[in-house]
Parts: sequence; structure tokens; C-alpha cells
Amino acid sequence: MKAVILFHSTNHAIWAENELKNHKIVCKIITVPRHLSSDCGYCVQIDSENIENATDILNLNKIEHEKIETL
Amino acid sequence: MLKDKKKSSVIYFDSAATSFPKPDCVTNAVVHYMTQIGANPGRSGHKTAIEAGQIIYKTRKSIAALFKLKNPMHVIFTSNATEALNMAIKGVLQKGDHTVTSSMEHNSTIRPLHEMEKEGTISLSVIQTDKTGILDPKNIRKAITTGTKAVIVNHASNVNGCIQPIREIGKICKENGVIFIVDCAQSAGVVPIDIDRDNIDILAFAGHKGLYGPTGTGGMVIADGFDFKKIKPLKYGGTGSLSDKIDQPNFLPDRFESGTLNIAGLNGLLAGSEYIQHRNGGIEGILKLKTKLQNCFIQKAETVLKNFCCYSSSQLPSTGVVAFRLDNISVSDAAQILSDKYGIMCRQGLHCSPLAHQTIGTFPAGTLRFGFSIFNTKEEIDITVQALKSISEGNEK
Repeated sequence: MKAVILFHSTNHAIWAENELKNHKIVCKIITVPRHLSSDCGYCVQIDSENIENATDILNLNKIEHEKIETL
Repeated sequence: MLKDKKKSSVIYFDSAATSFPKPDCVTNAVVHYMTQIGANPGRSGHKTAIEAGQIIYKTRKSIAALFKLKNPMHVIFTSNATEALNMAIKGVLQKGDHTVTSSMEHNSTIRPLHEMEKEGTISLSVIQTDKTGILDPKNIRKAITTGTKAVIVNHASNVNGCIQPIREIGKICKENGVIFIVDCAQSAGVVPIDIDRDNIDILAFAGHKGLYGPTGTGGMVIADGFDFKKIKPLKYGGTGSLSDKIDQPNFLPDRFESGTLNIAGLNGLLAGSEYIQHRNGGIEGILKLKTKLQNCFIQKAETVLKNFCCYSSSQLPSTGVVAFRLDNISVSDAAQILSDKYGIMCRQGLHCSPLAHQTIGTFPAGTLRFGFSIFNTKEEIDITVQALKSISEGNEK
């Protein structure tokens, strides 16, 4: 199952993607699914089993994120 | 890839204005964005938009590393150091604030400050340096009052290359709860800067000088621990974030980065920033090289030229900027002959810094200025000293 991490800013999405990849977490930037937001821009898709690890990495780097949604 | 014949046909000593030539990787990076990517980051979710976003992220990260900054989102891109200084000055200072600055400032600092003083928004203390342009930190301490909001200092002079003791000045600011803003237009990429250890709250840098990026690049860098909400944005507008709201975002970098960035330029800046940081010897090596070129020119000129008046020191580390004149010819005539007859490019006059020229005693006539880059050589200096000899002996009139 997949999950997406939503951010307030696309700058933060790209920052997060780079930090997650540095920690060997498989992730991909994708367009924000329409049912989750009407905002422009993109989010980071991860495997849902990595939600906890990914959250730790975001917190460690103080990368603000809006929410994490399972798809 | 792109070959520019001009690189070998002129002696370019105007790198304090804009560095030239650029490393090939800089030119190639600009072309790569223009021909292979081209998209607008943050506004769309397609592949090339994300690639453009990656460029901006990597450039932020590289600039953060340059200044030993932890959070890359605290790097705010602008079109040059002037815009960054205006952003910091007008963003921080409010009605009734007192501000301290130096007599060596560029107009990019002194003009916005003077304007705010004229309109009655702030009061301003301009601290006189010594004749060489160096500030005594004790005089900054003396000038700080209970109403002082910020101290703004030019790290390295664009007129004579002198370097200010910013760490000591920043310490005084910290002890007094005063915001320390540093103009690093000339020093970024030339003098090692650690934003935390140097006690800097906000700094402004130019991308097209010591970082060897294209013109139209620069930025404002906010220290990791600094409360960025103390800075009011200069510009408001589209950021690609919170598009459902009409309020300006309150997070970095979006709070200060409205409108599409110069991504072609930033890709070039990334290449330039990486080039100098990974060059053998790093930034320390660049400072040594520039000091060496400066001293080489001053010593040769003092030996060969009878009419040589120099306003830069050969005793102290320097950003490789020499202010001088030949006392029997105007600086504009000398610069014209250097350019037209010898293909030697330099800048004459007041260098947008009337206060600095008053301070070193060269106002209103100004000086010639040689701004060396890492690509200049001792052979070029030899040729130039001989050209100056011929000019000073009146052979070119």
C-alpha cells in the first residue's frame, strides 16, 4: 500500500524527498492526488510501511509537513 | 561546449563588479536548464517541473554549506545582493528604530538606510573607520543604544578589499540583543564565513562575483536560530504554495520568495558554488590566492611606477581588490587607455561607494580599481604594470 506526504510548500517536498533518499527510503515525487488537495504542486509518495521511519526523518530535519495520507 | 574567444583576448580585472570568465561548468549549467529543462518549479507536478525544483533545492543546499548553515530553507534567492540588503533592511527596521552602520558601506546599504532616515522612519549612526577602512569594534559598542535595532556592516570593501572583524562585531551585537546584518557581496566565496560562529543574523550575497554564477543571482541568508518572522517581506505574491489562500505563506523560503525565480541563473550559481567549494584549497585557498595576486600587483607597481598611490593594504588578508591611482593622470583617462590600447578591463571612479571613498581620502576623484579573480595570473599583472608604466610616463597621451 502507498502513502503520500503532503507539504505546505513544494520546496519542502523536494527537501523531504532528498532527505528520505539519503536515508534509503524509497520515495517519489508525484502530483498531489486531486481528492486530497486543490492546491497546485506535488507531494512525496512512500510505501505505507515506511510512514513511521519517514516521519522520524522529517522531524529530525525539522521539515514541516501538512499530513500523511494512506492511498 | 560553448567557447568564448573573449576569454583569451582581454585581461579582465573587473571581477569585483562581476567575475569573468566563468568556469565552463557554469555556462553549461545555464544552457542545460535552457535547453533540457525549461520548466517552472513548484507550479506544476510534471517531470521537468520537479527537475527545476531539484535545481533550486540543490542550489539552496550548496549555498547553505558555503555559509555553514544547517537549514537550506533559510536561503532566500534574490536577483542580487542589493535586493537582499533591501529585503533585510526594510524588513527588519521599523518606525523609531536606531541603526548603526559604517563609513565603508556600498550604496546598496547606505541608500536604503539614508532614505529611511530622510523619511523619518529610523535614526542612523554612521561609524567612521580608520583610513584603511577597518572598523574598530569598540566604536560599534559605543554607538549602540537601548533603541538600536540593527547593526549593518560591509564584510569586505568593494573599493579597497579590506575585511572587517565581523565575528567581534557580531559578538557585541549578540551581547546587546541587536540584529547583525552583513553585506557579503564581496566576501562570499572569497573569505570563509560561518554564519553561526561569526554571530551573523542575516547576510546578503551576490551570485555573480566570488561565486562565479551568472548575473541576476544572489540571496539573503537567515541564521538557523534567528526568528525570521522579525523580517517583513519586501514582495508579496505567488509562491506555488497555499494557493487556496490570499495570505502570504508564513514559512521559509516561501515567505520571501514570491514570483518565479531565475532558475537558469541558479543552475549556473549551483555550478559556480560547487566549483569554488570543491576547488583545491577551498575558500581558504581562494583568500590566499587573491591576497597573493593583490600583493604581487602592489609590490610590482610600487617598484616600477613613480606615480603610484595605493589605497589597499599589502599587509592584511584581502579579497583581491586594489584601489589606486597614478597621480599624473585622471582615473577615467587611465581606465580608457587600459581598455582601448591594452585590452585591460578595470573600473574607475567611485564604485557606488561615496562614503568609502571619503573615508580612504579619494573623494571625489575616485580611483582605478583592479578586482582579481581566481583565473588571473602573475603574467597578466606583469603586462599590466608595464602598461601602467607607459601611461604614467605620458607615452599614451
